[in-house]
Amino acid sequence: MPIEIESNAKFAEYADPSTLVSTEWLQNHLGKDGLVVLESDEDVLLYEIGHIPSARKIDWFTELNDAVLRDYLTAEDFSKLLSEKGIKRDDTVVIYGDKSNWWAAYALWVFKLFGHPDVRLLDGGRDAWIAEGRELTREVEAVVPTDYPVVLRDDSKIRAFRDDVLAHIGQAMIDVRSPEEYTGERTHMPAYPDEGALRGGHIPGARSVPWSRAAGENGVFKSRAELEAIYLGEAELKNGEDVIAYCRIGERSSHTWFVLKYLLGFATVRNYDGSWTEWGSLVGVPIVKGAAPGALSER
Amino acid sequence: MQALEEIVEDFNALGLKDRLNLLLEFSDALPELPERYASHPDLFERVEECQSPVFLFVEVDQDDIVSLFFTAPAEAPTTRGFASILKSALDGHSVREVLEVDDDFPSKIGLSDAVSPLRMRGMRAMLARIKRQVKEKSH
Repeated sequence: MPIEIESNAKFAEYADPSTLVSTEWLQNHLGKDGLVVLESDEDVLLYEIGHIPSARKIDWFTELNDAVLRDYLTAEDFSKLLSEKGIKRDDTVVIYGDKSNWWAAYALWVFKLFGHPDVRLLDGGRDAWIAEGRELTREVEAVVPTDYPVVLRDDSKIRAFRDDVLAHIGQAMIDVRSPEEYTGERTHMPAYPDEGALRGGHIPGARSVPWSRAAGENGVFKSRAELEAIYLGEAELKNGEDVIAYCRIGERSSHTWFVLKYLLGFATVRNYDGSWTEWGSLVGVPIVKGAAPGALSER
Repeated sequence: MQALEEIVEDFNALGLKDRLNLLLEFSDALPELPERYASHPDLFERVEECQSPVFLFVEVDQDDIVSLFFTAPAEAPTTRGFASILKSALDGHSVREVLEVDDDFPSKIGLSDAVSPLRMRGMRAMLARIKRQVKEKSH
């Protein structure tokens, strides 16, 4: 059975408060029947050096991706994975992770592709939990396997492919990479090694809003008013617009996807997981260099 | 180099999950800096290619024997693990031996299926920076 939704003044401002929990709420609900806590980190060993008591690990690199195709799990794989993790279809799943929930949001997005009904993020993630001095453990609790149903992945609503993006040019798009990646000065994150795209720049018309701007102190999400100032103000998104977000491989943009969809309430937001590693290497697609969003005709 | 071959063998004898556990053991075992370096952050070189802040310093003694020193935060266990592997493998060896280590050694410990390509590149970059410092400091 789903667990009750947290109600507090900050979350009440958001479009869909049912997708977030606070550290305080989680602390008070740990061990409750029907609650599963998952940690999803960028550093694959962080869970091992200490995690929230009773949390299970989910590994974005080895568990959420297909081992051969550049794609996510199949319905059968997802069912097997969640069964092994002891998750039931009607469980409330709370996901948290490092770096302001960057990879936690990515895992949540994959859960949503399979339509898991109740999945929430821990506001602030791992860093907020630690900053508040809350308990961590290295103990890994035994899991009772479940029989998670085989549910088809629905790529039509929250995922965009390259042809969708091509057709979308001229409509709202957010590029969540660093400014240097956006302008085309570089094809990878500053201080990170180059992971390969043949061209630098951005998709015509895409506005630049680096993903981490949605997070404030301790990695918690900024207030609704602050987020509106960024996405509706600076980036000039209009309520009701269809939006596509992208980054380099689709992880940072799932964080922005979460913000736009659940915190600001855009009905149609898609994450383009092919992102720059695909677009920047595709033959013949339009690219804009420099700080201005540009348009298709300018090519 | 025997220490290095043993590490490669140890990792490859294990399944994927246990390889990560072994990496965690290395991470936990990375020693604190000795006092003479703990108060000298200026001596250390940042490995810019790594996603987490990791700093290294290479010492080469009069007999051209190499010692490595690393510092990385506890909240960066993967990076600490890589640093610790390099320290265990290379410490106490001669300049010549260290320079002969295969640049692609990080690919041989069987972690490419468990750790992202970005991080594997970070480990190769650590090795490259070690070799450069070793060259600069050898007699």
